[in-house]
Amino acid sequence: MSAGPERAPAEPAALPQSLRRNAPLVPTDGSASRALAAVIAILTFLAALCAGAAEIVASSAAQWQGAVSQEVTIQVRPGPGRDTEADVARAVALAKEAPGIAGTRALSKTESEHLLEPWLGSGLDLGELPVPRLITVRLAGAGTPADLPALRARLAEALPGAASLDDHALWLSRLSTMAHTFVGIGVGVVALVLVATGLAVTFATRGAMAGNREVVEVLHFVGAGDDYIAREFQRRFFRLGLRGGAVGAGAALALLALAAWLARLWRASPAGDEIEALFGGFEISWRGYASVVLIGVIASVVTGVVSRLTVRRFLA
Amino acid sequence: MSGGSLLSGADESVVRFENVGMRYGVGPEVLSDVSFAIAPHSFQFLTGPSGAGKTTLLRLILLSARPSRGLVSLFGEEVSGISSQRLTGLRRRMGVVFQDFRLLDHLTTYENVALPLRVQGRAETSYRAEVVELLRWVGLGERMHVLPPLLSGGEKQRAAIARALIARPELLLADEPTGNVDPQLGRRLLRLFIELNRLGTSVLIATHDHALMDLVDARRFVLGNNHLRIEG
Ligand SMILES: Nc1ncnc2c1ncn2[C@@H]1O[C@H](COP(=O)(O)OP(=O)(O)OP(=O)(O)O)[C@@H](O)[C@H]1O
Ligand SMILES: [Mg+2]
Repeated sequence: MSAGPERAPAEPAALPQSLRRNAPLVPTDGSASRALAAVIAILTFLAALCAGAAEIVASSAAQWQGAVSQEVTIQVRPGPGRDTEADVARAVALAKEAPGIAGTRALSKTESEHLLEPWLGSGLDLGELPVPRLITVRLAGAGTPADLPALRARLAEALPGAASLDDHALWLSRLSTMAHTFVGIGVGVVALVLVATGLAVTFATRGAMAGNREVVEVLHFVGAGDDYIAREFQRRFFRLGLRGGAVGAGAALALLALAAWLARLWRASPAGDEIEALFGGFEISWRGYASVVLIGVIASVVTGVVSRLTVRRFLA
Repeated sequence: MSGGSLLSGADESVVRFENVGMRYGVGPEVLSDVSFAIAPHSFQFLTGPSGAGKTTLLRLILLSARPSRGLVSLFGEEVSGISSQRLTGLRRRMGVVFQDFRLLDHLTTYENVALPLRVQGRAETSYRAEVVELLRWVGLGERMHVLPPLLSGGEKQRAAIARALIARPELLLADEPTGNVDPQLGRRLLRLFIELNRLGTSVLIATHDHALMDLVDARRFVLGNNHLRIEG
């Protein structure tokens, strides 16, 4: 009902929206920023690959260990004047009696000889040679634990000098040592690369501080505290780090995914079984991918924090 | 050091110098035995020939240079061993117009003027109207999106003045604030300073411009032969 707003307001009501620019207070020098982002990307890429490789080794080792520790082997050596077939049957019987054993399988003479082929060649007549015979013993698992020392003692008692039990303990411990060493090296390399990233950022921040001395001075004069200025630098470098880290981690992810895809391709090929036997599944678990992403994030956080600390020290 | 006679009791002065001497490096003293006080709400000029030390004196007040001897107090606080946090606090109570403007070239005129408010952590929407109004007042309404390198000398000067005023400081220091503008605009800017002074800000303007000083009945600090003389 009231008269419409015919009188124009004295003040222009709407201010130009384009004012909202909020440009970073620390100017970004294009070429230096790009160089730093590239360095961070490369370092992140290397660290991420390293972490991915360590993760593959660790998970493959775990796979092998899981498979191998489900089995023990009884070896029956032929001796002069001994009936090897009878010895094998006796050993199988002993193993079957023992608690916690799910099953046994004695490798036949030809199977045992076949196992030696890769080393001795296939044209050889091994009939004359005393080839040891193997019995694989599957363990029932955690529910009914097998008493391997007891079984070993009974084998030694019944077939002294001829039968021995191999629970792969030595091999397993070596495998686990190797896997741990590999993972340790991986962690060490990742740490080194992160330190290198930190150093690169320190130098870049010092350069940016020197190049922006005038800006820092003006910021001080208009009432910006050291902390505020350090935060501005941190924000700028964190963004750079995020960009570099994303590119590096992305490239590493792509490479790992490609490797996994190629591995799957090979496994489908005729030679696949051997490759799988040699390298394990070459599965890259979600943990592998996650650790790559995590390294990208850590690299950007390191970048931000290091630049902030550098500025604080510089201003103090 | 002289006795504490000048400092005794409640010190109301915004700025107080006592026997201040200043030299750059190992050079001769640029300022010797300078003593003065700037009272709240006061208006004064600082004058003297080129090279007399006007900019140096302003830098001492801004704490961007430290005196070689003597005492400097700001807002009642002796500043020789001040922490960087207290320093930031003091600088927020001062506005300064530099002789060479010191605008940040990568920020627009608007952003430059808004800077003192932005570094206090205020949201952009909370001060936008204020900044735009002041920019219009100094005649930069059409130029607020422009980067400083594209401004004329006079426009830069007005932007620098607007930046010094925007946070309504308790003390305004201006180094040759009318050096690059025509007399008419110079008078307009002077009116701005007088208006600010009326609202409670203490003002110290360094200038050689006698015509400008004659427009205001104010104290004059005259620098010459390294010493400070107070007239009026
Ligand atoms: N950073 C510096 N290092 C060494 N000497 C300096 C420095 N700044 C100024 N001076 C010297 O100190 C003296 C005073 O300089 P100042 O800039 O304070 O003079 P001014 O009164 O502001 O001059 P003008 O009116 O030309 O601006 C001059 O002799 C100058 O050469
Ligand atoms: Mg000067």
